This record gives sequence, structure tokens and C-alpha cells, in this order.
Amino acid sequence: MVARSKKSKSELTIGVLALQGAFSSHEAVLNKIGVSSRQVRTPQDLDVVDALVMPGGESTTMSQLLESADLFEPINARIKNRMPVFGTCAGMILLAKTIIDGRDDQLSFNAIDIDVQRNAYGRQIDSFEAEIEIDAPGGSFHGVFIRAPRIVSLGSGVTPLAYCGDDVVLAQQDKVLVASFHPELANDIRLHELFLEGV
Amino acid sequence: MAKTESNKTGSMVVKRGLAEMLKGGVIMDVVNADQAKIAEDSGACAVMALERVPADIRRDGGVARMSDPEMIEKIQAVVSIPVMAKARIGHFVEAQVLESLGVDFIDESEVLTPADESHHIDKFAFQPPFVCGATNLGEALRRISEGAALIRSKGEAGTGNIVEAVRHLRSIIGDIRKITQADSAELFEWAKRLQAPLPLVQEIAETGWLQVPLFCAGGIATPSDAALAMQLGAEAVFVGSGIFKSDDPAPRARSIVEATTHFRDAAIIAKVSRNLGAPMTGIGMDNIEQRFAERGW
Repeated sequence: MVARSKKSKSELTIGVLALQGAFSSHEAVLNKIGVSSRQVRTPQDLDVVDALVMPGGESTTMSQLLESADLFEPINARIKNRMPVFGTCAGMILLAKTIIDGRDDQLSFNAIDIDVQRNAYGRQIDSFEAEIEIDAPGGSFHGVFIRAPRIVSLGSGVTPLAYCGDDVVLAQQDKVLVASFHPELANDIRLHELFLEGV
Repeated sequence: MAKTESNKTGSMVVKRGLAEMLKGGVIMDVVNADQAKIAEDSGACAVMALERVPADIRRDGGVARMSDPEMIEKIQAVVSIPVMAKARIGHFVEAQVLESLGVDFIDESEVLTPADESHHIDKFAFQPPFVCGATNLGEALRRISEGAALIRSKGEAGTGNIVEAVRHLRSIIGDIRKITQADSAELFEWAKRLQAPLPLVQEIAETGWLQVPLFCAGGIATPSDAALAMQLGAEAVFVGSGIFKSDDPAPRARSIVEATTHFRDAAIIAKVSRNLGAPMTGIGMDNIEQRFAERGW
């Protein structure tokens, strides 16, 4: 495991969980910011990264692949050891304390005190784009919601960072940042930069 | 509820967005709810509902059509992953029916018997995204110009033979590579040769890739087949007859999912390829009467 002394941005390697889903879009944003990224598919990949992005995709597929690739326990240990993680959509589901409407055998890291409901906004015909109210330089953020999960409750230790209508769509607890939408599809690097500030 | 009047549904961003989410995954053909459940249990990132798998369509002949809506709804009821379904080429009413069922992705597919011999569906007119097959880059760009949100190389469905999928992937990706080397004057010639809109060709020259994701379909029967498609540049795979026409579908499905994720890791592909039982028998290209890949224009 990597020694966690404070590194400069150019020395960081940001892992992107690449079992399934939109991992290449996250890598493209990280490359645009100028940090090096690495696809994580094995425990050996995980050993050399300083932080981990969990992308959108199918959470049930990723859950099974986390087990078959022997990645669940190593990632769990790193998160407990305060590795920064950023989960978007399916990635948020993987990090949540409770998953509603998931599969019974679906794994989660219980890394952030939120309850999320899978596919809560409906099927693909209900997927949508919307402007998100966010308290950040540059103003609102363009949100792309694809068969999105919904944060249905937050624990007291969780900070809501952005809203879409009445729903919290971006939240943080310590080193864990989650979004129910897809900042990697919005051509806007601000949320990845926000994540990197905590690394 | 977060949805307000200003929310935009059915946009190209939203359509291509779902295609992005399917990357690195395996989309499995299923003909009933039991198979759909096995597919989801095995790690499929989506299922494709159809009336008969391509190998059976090939064997039985006759006209192949959109599936029974009852069967599609039963599949939607048992799985939580996206459910796709096929409409015949040019059959926009089948597509309307699939849209009304809330299907997540519509495949305008050459595996079914075409309904129109010169026109494809105007895919911009629909709320769900469309995937279309292509044998070469010109065909891919024509489908994108009609509104497809995802392209799959056609291969030759129902054969268990990967040779055509390799041919089509190499053709599409090879021409993309050549276009990135072309100068601006040569792009006019490329557009003419490909019978594709010039702006799409110019965009490929700039970005080095298609406007939408490129997946592989048609003939994948083993974990190594899936990894071959991925190493050639496909971003995900469709597996049709290859799973449910094999001796033991569930372990084969799981192993193809793992090989698609770890497509560059030969040790993992070797591990998951052990003791899978017999794959589908498969047929050689000289022994088939109807080439599905020739359908589409």
C-alpha cells in the first residue's frame, strides 16, 4: 500500500474502477485536469492509486465483478483507511449505507451514511438533463441523470452539496463524495476538481 | 421528486449517456423471463429480449418479427438492469410499440426480417435510444445521421463464428484510423466513398473516434471471443445464441462477463475458460444460406 504523505497534484495517481461502465469518460476528465489516472481491475492496480473514482454503469454487474476480481475487501480496507473516493450514479450506490430496490446479494461499502433507491426516477425514457443548484464558482452545474438512483435519506454526518428540485444530488461525508448524476458527461471539470482538493 | 418542467428527456446526451453506462459490459440475448434472470444473475449489464435467438431464426427460417409485448413485460418485471428489444429494419410501428412498453434501448436489427428495403427508422423521432448494426464505417455513420445512439458491428448472428465480427470491427476501426491521418481535402473523398455525411467524417478526423460508442455483436461464443472483440477496440459486447445455445449457460455467461472486463489479462481469461462444457456448435460462413449482415442500407 502507498504511504500517504501529502503529494503534489503532479505526483498523484487517481484510480478509476474499470470493471464495467463509464470509466473512460472519468479518465478523460482527469486527463483534462492534468492528473494521471489508472484503470483499476485488480488488487495490484489498487495498490498504486491515491484515490478512487467509481463510475456509473450497472451496480449489480460491478458488485459481482468486485467479488470475482477479489477487489471488494482491498477497496473496503482502503476506504476504512481514509482513501478518498468519488462515486457517480452506480458508484454512489456501491458506496451507500443502504440500497433500496437492489438485488439481495448486492454488495455495498457502507462508506457514506445515505439510503439510495436504484432506478428511482424510472426507466431510460425518464432519464433527463437538468440544471443543478450548486454553491460553487461558475454557478449551476449541468446534470445528466441516466436511470438515476435517488438519495432518499441522509445521516447527520453527511453534507448535502447540491440540489435538483427537492432532491440532494451531490453529498459528502469526510473523504467520500457521491453524485446521483454524471459530471463526467457534462464537459465540466469542477466536481472532479472538488474531489481532488480532498486527495 | 427532482423532475421539474425544465428537465429535458430523450435528448442525444441522455441517449448516448445510457450507451456510455453499458461500456465494458455484456448484453445478453434472452427469450423469456427465466433466461433474463440467469443473465442478470451472471452479471449482464443489460438484456436483449427477442422471440427466438438468431441460431433458431436461422434454423427455422420464416419471417422474424418484434417479440410479444407480454414476454417483454415479463422480462422487465424480473430484472432491474436495462431491457432492450429488437424492431425490424424500417418498421417504425414496432419501434413505437417498444417505446410504449418503456423499453430502455431499441435495436433496429438485421437479425429480424427487414420491413423496408430502402429506409431505416428516423430514430430522432423516438424517446428511447437506438442501437444499429454496421459492417463498415459508412454504414455506421449513416445510422448515426439517422439518430442511432450506439453502433454495434454486425458480425454474423447465430453462427457462433467470430470471423465476420472481426472483419467488421477491423473495417470500421481501420477506416477511423486512416481518416485521422487524412488531410482536409481528402475528407471530401472519404465522405463520398463512405456515402456518409461530410460533417460526421470531419468530426471523426478531429476526435479520432465515432460520435457514439462502438460495441461488437454477432458470433461471440467464448470468453476469448469477447476479449478478442474488446482488444480489437470494441467497447462492450452483445452475446446472442452463444450463451443459451451452449451446454451450460450460467457459468458461460459469467465467464464471458469476466473476460470482457479483464480483456487484456490472458491469465484471467484462461482461468474463466476452464470446464465450461461445450460452446454452441457454430457454423462456417460457406455453409449459411442467409447472411443477416447484408440486410441494411
